[in-house]
Amino acid sequence: MKVLLFGTCLVDTFFPEAGEATVRLLRRFGAEPVFPKGQTCCGQPAFNAGYEAPARAAAEHFLWEFDGDDPIVTPSGSCAAMVRHHYPWLFRGDPKRLAKAKRAGERIYELTQFLVHVAKAHEAGLRGKGTITYHASCHLTRSLGVREEPLMLLSSLKGATFLPMPDAARCCGFGGTFMAKLPEISLALADEKAASIEATGADTVTGCDSGCLMNIADAMRRRGTKIRVAHIAQVLAEGL
Amino acid sequence: MTHEQTSLAFRENTVRALEDSALRAAMKQAADTFGTKRADAFAPVADLEALRDRASAIREDVLANLPMYVDRFVASATRAGAVVHRANDAATAREIIRKILADRGAHRIVKGKSMVSEEVDLNSHLEAAGMEVVETDLGEYIIQMEGETPSHIIVPAIHKNRRQVGRLFADRLGVPYTEDPQALTKIARKALREKFLSADAGVSGANFAAADTGSLVLVTNEGNGRMVTTVPPLHVAILSIEKMLPSLADLPAFLRLLPRSATGQTITSYVSVITGPRKAGDATGAKELHIVLLDNGRTEILAGESRDILKCIRCGACMNVCPVYRAVGGHAYGWTYPGPMGIVLTTLLTGMKKSHPLVDASTLCGACVEVCPVRVPLAELILGLRQRKVREGFSDPKEMRGMALFGKAAASPTLFALGQRLAGAFWPVVRALGGKDVAGRMPAPSKTSLRRRLP
Repeated sequence: MKVLLFGTCLVDTFFPEAGEATVRLLRRFGAEPVFPKGQTCCGQPAFNAGYEAPARAAAEHFLWEFDGDDPIVTPSGSCAAMVRHHYPWLFRGDPKRLAKAKRAGERIYELTQFLVHVAKAHEAGLRGKGTITYHASCHLTRSLGVREEPLMLLSSLKGATFLPMPDAARCCGFGGTFMAKLPEISLALADEKAASIEATGADTVTGCDSGCLMNIADAMRRRGTKIRVAHIAQVLAEGL
Repeated sequence: MTHEQTSLAFRENTVRALEDSALRAAMKQAADTFGTKRADAFAPVADLEALRDRASAIREDVLANLPMYVDRFVASATRAGAVVHRANDAATAREIIRKILADRGAHRIVKGKSMVSEEVDLNSHLEAAGMEVVETDLGEYIIQMEGETPSHIIVPAIHKNRRQVGRLFADRLGVPYTEDPQALTKIARKALREKFLSADAGVSGANFAAADTGSLVLVTNEGNGRMVTTVPPLHVAILSIEKMLPSLADLPAFLRLLPRSATGQTITSYVSVITGPRKAGDATGAKELHIVLLDNGRTEILAGESRDILKCIRCGACMNVCPVYRAVGGHAYGWTYPGPMGIVLTTLLTGMKKSHPLVDASTLCGACVEVCPVRVPLAELILGLRQRKVREGFSDPKEMRGMALFGKAAASPTLFALGQRLAGAFWPVVRALGGKDVAGRMPAPSKTSLRRRLP
């Protein structure tokens, strides 16, 4: 099955290893990921800050790059939620693009959604290592409604122990441009998240959104914590 | 005491709040307690989602027909013997109330908790007219003594711990220091009891107003609300027009939702339904009842794109779960209403010019949307206000240029890849120039981007 891979701007630019791990996972389960080379960003930085026109420009470009009927897979709950829930609003006055936007919203899967619902990866007996805890990012959990899938995958890992985090779905303080506009609060929230992670005693913390993981990693660095921060794609792919 | 709005200094306010370790500890403890209690209270409510749908639909009906329901309420309340006043703005409301009190020679005023009275800054106006105004809700009593404003719409002194309250009481009331909550409550109760018995008038708010019966509904816990509204001979209630419910028969749905959402109680200790003043044969009640209905911009909000905020029933659940509110407390927001509902209401009621930094005070995490009992789409409303902020030119010019450039790069793969490489090459410069705050918290771009790694 051909799938279109939307890397997301953050993974593409800062965390390409997470993108490569996504490719390995998709191939392992028989999908043929294709990376449309012209892809850029889903438009969230502008959209969430209230800039409709630049967000629409990004969305329009996305629809062009990801045209067709193939499923779209992305290692980000936030970007998938943007396409699914906000693109239709951006094109509310443009019936032709609105139809495409709605179709893209139906075609897009956040990685763990695809791995569980299409690939049945949680039944594949993937191997893992060490102790792993999980941060449930906001848009993934509350906007996309993906709550169980990451847990099903992580707890299926042979050789790894999953340790739940208290208040796993409490915001880490990233919030896209929030991190830039109110850095003090952002860091305070990330610091509290880091403390919750430490309390689990896990040696790895993972999640489905690079933005949050980046924010958390910075707070850990400031606290001098030596816990590994890795995208769920990397955690799931390392036993392949 | 008049309190100036400080919403424009939101970031500075938050920096100060984050350094206040007592505040942070109090906020964390309170927010977590309310969060847990709320979840426990709703756990046995099997039809919660249907209940929320119903309450939401009732509130939508109220907004769709607000002028009609207000007129109906005015007629019913008048029939029941109350005198209803309409106030278009805060100054009018203050003056109406001052005049009602002054005309009857009322000097000693006891007050029940009312955020609308905070919104119109009633106390300072009455005090300027020589009246003694005593807040009788325990939390309000504490912050009035401290010269502060409420930092939560339900739990006004949420930002204070019991040691601070103990010191305050010892200091101001001359009682021996104690930090035992029960002892502190007893001290307040004794002081307040005297005020109730000697008061000339009681001023209260209302949680709901039933249009069909003209009844005011007050949902309270300490009993002070009942004292304020029944002991003095005169009762003046101030409420905003959107507090309407079509019928008293709609109340049960809201009584199931409001206390659970607010404090995690199945029901509050007191639910008062006040229909007109005391009639012959009534055991209690004020002899005279005046109701002041405040608009203060709500009719305008109703006509605009943010109208859904008027569905809000002031339970405070959105602030209890808000990570930003939990971190900085309510005073940082700089006006009457804090937290997610406060961001929206403050911006709409006081204007973008006085409050625009607030619209950025959310990570859009959606926790508020998840708990709102009447399904106010808070995240969407905040996003809508951000769009308005951009449209109305209140954004940082540098940000506006940056976003325009972002739009161009996002639509052009060449420009995007170039930007990516430039960011990589000049990261140390970006870090130094482009706001140390953000860049300093981000890793350097990867030497080889994903697009260059994949075939």
